[in-house]
Amino acid sequence: MHPDPRPLVLSLAGITKRFGPLTANDHIDLDVRAGEIVALLGENGAGKTTLMSILFGHYIADEGSVSIADAQGRMAPLPGGSAQAALAAGIGMVHQHFALAENLTGFENIVLGTQSLWSLRPRGRGARAKIARLMAESGLAVDLDVPVARLSVGEQQRIEILKALYRDVRVLILDEPTAVLTPQEADSLAATVRALAARGLAVIFISHKLHEVLALCGRVVVLRGGAKVADRPTAGADRATLAELMVGRPVPARERPPATPGAPVLSLKGVSVGKPGQRDRLENADLDVRAGEIVGIAGVSGNGQGALAALVAGLAGARSGEARIDGVRLAGADPAGRVAAHVGRIPEDRHRDGTIGALTVAENFVLETISDPANQRAGLIRRAAIRARAAAAIEAYDVRCPGPDAAIRALSGGNMQKVVLARVLEREPRLVLAHQPTRGLDIGATSDVHRRLIAARGRGAAVLLISEDLDELFALSDRIAVVHAGHLSPALDAAGLDVRTVGLMMAGHGAGEAA
Amino acid sequence: MIRFVPRARTPVWLSVAVSIGAGVVALALTAIPLALTGAPVFTAFMLMAQGAAGNGFALAETLTRATPLIFTGLAAAVAFRAKLWNIGAEGQLYAGALATVALGAGMIEAPPYVLMPLVLVGAALAGAVLLLVPVLFKIRFGADEVVVTLLLNFIVLLFVQMMLEGPMKDEMALGWPQSAPVLDEATLPKLVTGWRLHGGLVLAILAAVLLHVFITRTVWGFRIRAVGENARAARYAGLPVGKAMALVGLLSGGLAGLAGASEVAGLKGYLTADLSPGFGYAGIVVATLANLSPLGVIPAALFVAGVFVGADSMSRAIGVSNYLADLVVAFALLSVLVGGLLTRFRIVLVRRGAA
Repeated sequence: MHPDPRPLVLSLAGITKRFGPLTANDHIDLDVRAGEIVALLGENGAGKTTLMSILFGHYIADEGSVSIADAQGRMAPLPGGSAQAALAAGIGMVHQHFALAENLTGFENIVLGTQSLWSLRPRGRGARAKIARLMAESGLAVDLDVPVARLSVGEQQRIEILKALYRDVRVLILDEPTAVLTPQEADSLAATVRALAARGLAVIFISHKLHEVLALCGRVVVLRGGAKVADRPTAGADRATLAELMVGRPVPARERPPATPGAPVLSLKGVSVGKPGQRDRLENADLDVRAGEIVGIAGVSGNGQGALAALVAGLAGARSGEARIDGVRLAGADPAGRVAAHVGRIPEDRHRDGTIGALTVAENFVLETISDPANQRAGLIRRAAIRARAAAAIEAYDVRCPGPDAAIRALSGGNMQKVVLARVLEREPRLVLAHQPTRGLDIGATSDVHRRLIAARGRGAAVLLISEDLDELFALSDRIAVVHAGHLSPALDAAGLDVRTVGLMMAGHGAGEAA
Repeated sequence: MIRFVPRARTPVWLSVAVSIGAGVVALALTAIPLALTGAPVFTAFMLMAQGAAGNGFALAETLTRATPLIFTGLAAAVAFRAKLWNIGAEGQLYAGALATVALGAGMIEAPPYVLMPLVLVGAALAGAVLLLVPVLFKIRFGADEVVVTLLLNFIVLLFVQMMLEGPMKDEMALGWPQSAPVLDEATLPKLVTGWRLHGGLVLAILAAVLLHVFITRTVWGFRIRAVGENARAARYAGLPVGKAMALVGLLSGGLAGLAGASEVAGLKGYLTADLSPGFGYAGIVVATLANLSPLGVIPAALFVAGVFVGADSMSRAIGVSNYLADLVVAFALLSVLVGGLLTRFRIVLVRRGAA
């Protein structure tokens, strides 16, 4: 390979970080050159976050060094353990969860922290001119003078990127930047990243969407188990090889037999949920989810899928219209009633709604069914029986944990989700609500969740899948409906839809208009 | 540099060690002001230990003082586990005491095996109902139970004073504001003749054991733990969050009410407005020292009671103010709160500048 002529801007050499017996980073070398877009791939726990935290001075490496080019292009070591030093050296990061002050405007957010606390007036014209220039160069258009809370997620992300550019970064790290975007917004972000790289910015792109990585990045670095297992140009790589590098073994292709739908299990007719002024609400929605099929709901978060999930989960009742499960009309908010009606509910946030961290794995396993005769006799908990069944579920669902008596908060996200899946699916529910079931999970755990949902469908359950991940929706759904601003589109046959059409519908264009 | 790494599980021995360590640290810290007064520190602590447990009589006195603290400690422990911040155990104690004299001082004549349970149930109910009101307000309107229960303490105490100056005043008490004495049939038996130690202690220990079994082994105990640890997830799972909270209110208020019954029917024999020197508030300290464990409440109450009884005795002997006891308890509370860090986190020393 001939040497890259572009100047080096960032060089990590032999970075090693140990947490007790765990080696989170094992002698990782990484060079990034000006104008390069480098993908950083790896499963949860592969060491990406640790490496970036070392770069930012949140952790100090046990071994190895970080050097970064100074203004003259000379490489100088970056002192460890200082976030200020990293920022001053020109490293900027856009986190997956934005760090914006929601009540301030975009302009205020961008200049926040760049001026002395003692200055009375915010920097005016100079700052404006600089931001205007950055917007023109990068193609990032956004209204700077409204409070950030009123901007869409995509617009907030542009503010975040501008914030980094305003600080004259030379290395920009984007952490899962497309996770929250529609396909169109993701395309526009890719164009921006390309424009910025063309001007000499070095970009580190952290993502798990392999097709994006292949399309956007010139080089891909793969971490697995704390070590660098690949550092290669994207040219000539394909998704299967990258996935195999990340997981360390071939990832089985999903098997999805054709659907044989039966009678509707969940049936909504003109259903409205939530107060009219509320952002996440549902207006006059019609939807049938039949036994033996998976219906996917696409949409940018906060457009009404939360209200739909709340209705099915029993946290909310319908304000008007008629919602039925197996023909039985749903009365108001009644989570226990939904459990009794054989609805299996996988909540969006497993830490907040799905599990109780201080309780054990076994206790979380029976959270919904503690009053069943199998779990109690005369009000006394049948501890041995519960432990035995939890142990069996741990085995069947391959939950990696010390045992049924371990506090569930000690488990990784993927294993926690497996406990939730076991709780939900062991009862053989008629209807499964899967709300963002793979959020934050690695490839292995994600494929496991998908397999389980398809198995539930094969058993004859109706599955309502709400996800922001279009790849996931297209991989699993038989039919897809799109929710935008409280309005639910008809569920269309997934085979006849493509990602671009759904993306336009997510942005508020009708199906006919999009086609 | 020091880092705090969250622990997945807290071993039981560590919780116990932290509680005992906190007591030791508290005594050590108290030695500083004690030395500043010029008192002989070692002698003072020896006198305190002797005063608290030096002989049978001293030990009995400590156990007597611990009895109401076990009840109010349990009241706080069960409430705080469910994140119901009941600061009103003092008021609930007085409500229980009031019910004890109302039922036990002559209104009903019955043999002891009828009257005694009746008095205890009545006292527990009085405390329970008093707490149920703020709990229902919390469930229904989101009213802050800290404020409501705290203010109810003053209302109840003023109400007790009113009753003792008025309708319940004992005509035979030479004008003192106190109630008529409870009947013999409504008096808890003394455990040892001649000492003040009474049957309330047995009831208190029984209550601690029953509460432990209830919390760890029953469906409702499970629901209470689930609601206390994560009410959102409990609600999502379909657990009856409101009912669990109401049950916690009844239990906590009832236990505090029993503290009042035990003091009146076991120790004082009649009700005065200075029945409790703050047992309700001290219960919060006891529960915290016990790490909210019902069984842990017993040793924690013994520690606090021992400190108070011992300090009284010491102050009589060498003339150091018995406020020293408050100091020990306050230091112990602070030490336990700091020690809580050790139970929730592992402390890891990180070498600086290794990069």
